[in-house]
Amino acid sequence: MSVLAQGRTLLTGRARGYVLFAAVALLLLAIAPAALDPFRLGLLAKYLCFAIAALGIGLAWGQGGMMTLGQGVFFGLGGYCMGMYLKLKDAGSGGLPDFMVWSGVEELPALWEPFRSPFFALTMVVVLPVAVAAVLGLLVFRQRVRGAYFAILSQALAAAFVIWLVGQQGLTGGTNGLTNFYDVFGMDPEEESTQRTFYFVVVVVLGALYLLARQLVKSRFGRLLVAIRDGEDRVRFLGYNPATVKTITFAVSAAMAGIAGALYVPVVGIISPALLGVVPSIELLVAVAIGGRFSLAGAILGGVLMNWAHTTLSENWPEGWTYLQGGLFILVIMLAPKGIAGLVNQAGDLLARRKAAAPSAPQALAKEEVPV
Amino acid sequence: MIDQLPVGLSIAGALLLIALGLTFTFGQMGVINMAHGEFIMAGAYTAYLLQDLADDKAVFLALPVAFGVAGAMGLILERLAIRRFYGRPLDTLLLTWGVSLVLQQLARDLFGAPNVNVTAPGLLEGRLALGGMTIPYTRLFIMVLAVACVAAIWLYMNRSRQGRRMRAVMQNRELAACSGVVTERVDQLTFFIGSGLAGVAGVALTLIGPIGPSLGTNYIVDAFLVVVAGGLGRLRGAVLAALALGLLNSFVEFWTDASSAKVVVFVAIVAFLQVRPQGMFVLRSRALT
Repeated sequence: MSVLAQGRTLLTGRARGYVLFAAVALLLLAIAPAALDPFRLGLLAKYLCFAIAALGIGLAWGQGGMMTLGQGVFFGLGGYCMGMYLKLKDAGSGGLPDFMVWSGVEELPALWEPFRSPFFALTMVVVLPVAVAAVLGLLVFRQRVRGAYFAILSQALAAAFVIWLVGQQGLTGGTNGLTNFYDVFGMDPEEESTQRTFYFVVVVVLGALYLLARQLVKSRFGRLLVAIRDGEDRVRFLGYNPATVKTITFAVSAAMAGIAGALYVPVVGIISPALLGVVPSIELLVAVAIGGRFSLAGAILGGVLMNWAHTTLSENWPEGWTYLQGGLFILVIMLAPKGIAGLVNQAGDLLARRKAAAPSAPQALAKEEVPV
Repeated sequence: MIDQLPVGLSIAGALLLIALGLTFTFGQMGVINMAHGEFIMAGAYTAYLLQDLADDKAVFLALPVAFGVAGAMGLILERLAIRRFYGRPLDTLLLTWGVSLVLQQLARDLFGAPNVNVTAPGLLEGRLALGGMTIPYTRLFIMVLAVACVAAIWLYMNRSRQGRRMRAVMQNRELAACSGVVTERVDQLTFFIGSGLAGVAGVALTLIGPIGPSLGTNYIVDAFLVVVAGGLGRLRGAVLAALALGLLNSFVEFWTDASSAKVVVFVAIVAFLQVRPQGMFVLRSRALT
C-alpha cells in the first residue's frame, strides 16, 4: 500500500513537471512571439541567453556545490569564437576585421585563421570552454581545493581573463570587443525575420539543454554529484573519485555558458569584456541564488528575472537599481536562502498539508502511510 | 630592470596591508567579506575628508581614524548580518557582495563618481636614491607601514591575552568556549580589527593614485589570492605570498605587458596549489575538512 501510494505521488509529481514544461514551451514558442513586438522579443532572447548560462551554474553550484564565480570566462570564450567567425565573414577572404585595421595590425593573427570555417568556430564554442574548465577543474579538484578556495580561484580567473582581453587590443578588439556584424549565416541581423529566427533558436537550445541537465541530475551520476556536494569525503571513502565527477560537471556547465555566449553574439550584436568580468559573473551567480540554486528551473527563472530587472530598471533609475539589487541580495540570502523556487516549494508543502488535514477520511489515511 | 624591485615591493606592501585584514576575517573567521574592498574605500575617503582639518598631514592623522571608521563599519556588519552565517562561507560571500554594492553606490552619491586626489604629505616628497635605483618616499612609506602593521599584528596574536583567545577560538571553538572564552566577544573584536586594517590599507592607497568609489574592487581579488596562496589565517604565509605576488607581477609586467602578467600570476598560483593545495603554511590538525 505504502509503495503504491508513493508511486502515485511520484507520478503526479512527474506529470506536473511535464505539464509545467509544456506550458512554458507553449508560452515561449507560441504566445510570446505573437504578443511581443520585435524589439521586446529580442530582449527576451537576450535574457534567455543568460538563462542558459544560469542553468549551467545551477548544475555546478546547486547540484555539485561548486560555487563558480568565473562563468563569464566561458560565456566569453563561446562569444568570442562566434564573434571571430562573424568578423572574418564580414571582412571577406583576405580581408582584415575593421578593428584590426584601426589598431594597425597588418596581417591576420594565426589564432584567427582557422575561424574562417563556421564548423571550426561552432565546434570551438563548446570545445574551448570545456577544455579550459576540464584542465582547471582537474588540477584544482584533484588537490581537493574546494569551497571558498575554488570560488576565489574562479573569480581570479575571470579577472585575469578580462584584463588580458582588454590588453590585447589588436587581437581581441580591446575594451570595445567584437561588434558590427553585417552577415550572420547569410541573414541580415537588422531584419525582423532574422531576430525572430534567433529567438526560436535560443528557446529550442534552452529547452534541449534543460532536458539534458534534468536527465543528468536524475541519473546515477546526478545522485553521486549531490552526494559529493553534501559529503565529499564520505563519497571518496565509498570508492568513488569526486574529482572526476566534479570536473565533468564543471566542464558541462562551462559548455552551457559557452553556448550561451555564442548565441548572445548574433542576438545582441556585441561581445565585449564588460560582459565577462568579475562583476557580471557574480551577478549571474546571484541571479541563480535568487531564482533558487537547488532547482534547475529556479536557476533559469532567476537568470531571466534578474536580467529583465537589470535592463528595465537600470536604464530608468540607475542609482536606485544598485540599492535595490544590493538590498534584494541581502534580503534573499538572509530570509530565503533557497530562493524563489524554495519559496514555491514551501508554499506547495503548506497547501498539501492543509489538504491532508481536511476531514476527507480515506485521503487522510493514505497520507499517513507516506513518509513526509 | 632593477627599478622593478621597489615597484614590486611597494605593490607587495599594499597587497599585504589589504591581505592582513583578510587574514583576520577570512583566515580566522572563515568569512569571505566582499565588502572588505569597500572598507578600503571608506578608509581612503576618510583621508580625503580629513584634508580640510589637517591639510597635507591628513594621511598621518587618517591612519588611526580610518582604522576606527572601517572597524566600526565591520562591527556593525558583523552584528547585523554576518554572525548568522558563521560556518557558511559561501553564503557570506553573496551577502557581503550585496553590502558592497550598496556601499559603493552610497559613496557615489556622497562623494560623486569621479576620482578624487589626496595630497601626499610634504614630508614624503622626493625620492631616495639607493644603489642603482630610486624609490619615491611615498612608496617607501607604504612598505614601512606594512612592516609596522605586520609587527603589531604578530605581537597581538602571539604575545597578548586577547590574541591567544582569538587563536584558541579559531583552532577549536567549542573547547575555547568550555575553557571560559566568550567566543562572541572574540568574534566581534577579530572582525573589528580585520575591517580596521582595511581602512589603514585604504589610507595607504591614497599615496599611490587617485581614489574613487570602486577603489576596493580593483585590489580585492588579488588580496584574496594572497590569502589562498599563503595559507588560511597564517601571518607568515600572507607576508611571503604578498611578496611573491607583488614581485612576480611587477617583473613579469616588465618582461611582457601588464595584461599578460595577470594571466601568468594566475597560472603560477594554480601550479603552486598543485604542490601545496592549502597554501604555504598550513595549520596542522587532525580534522578531515
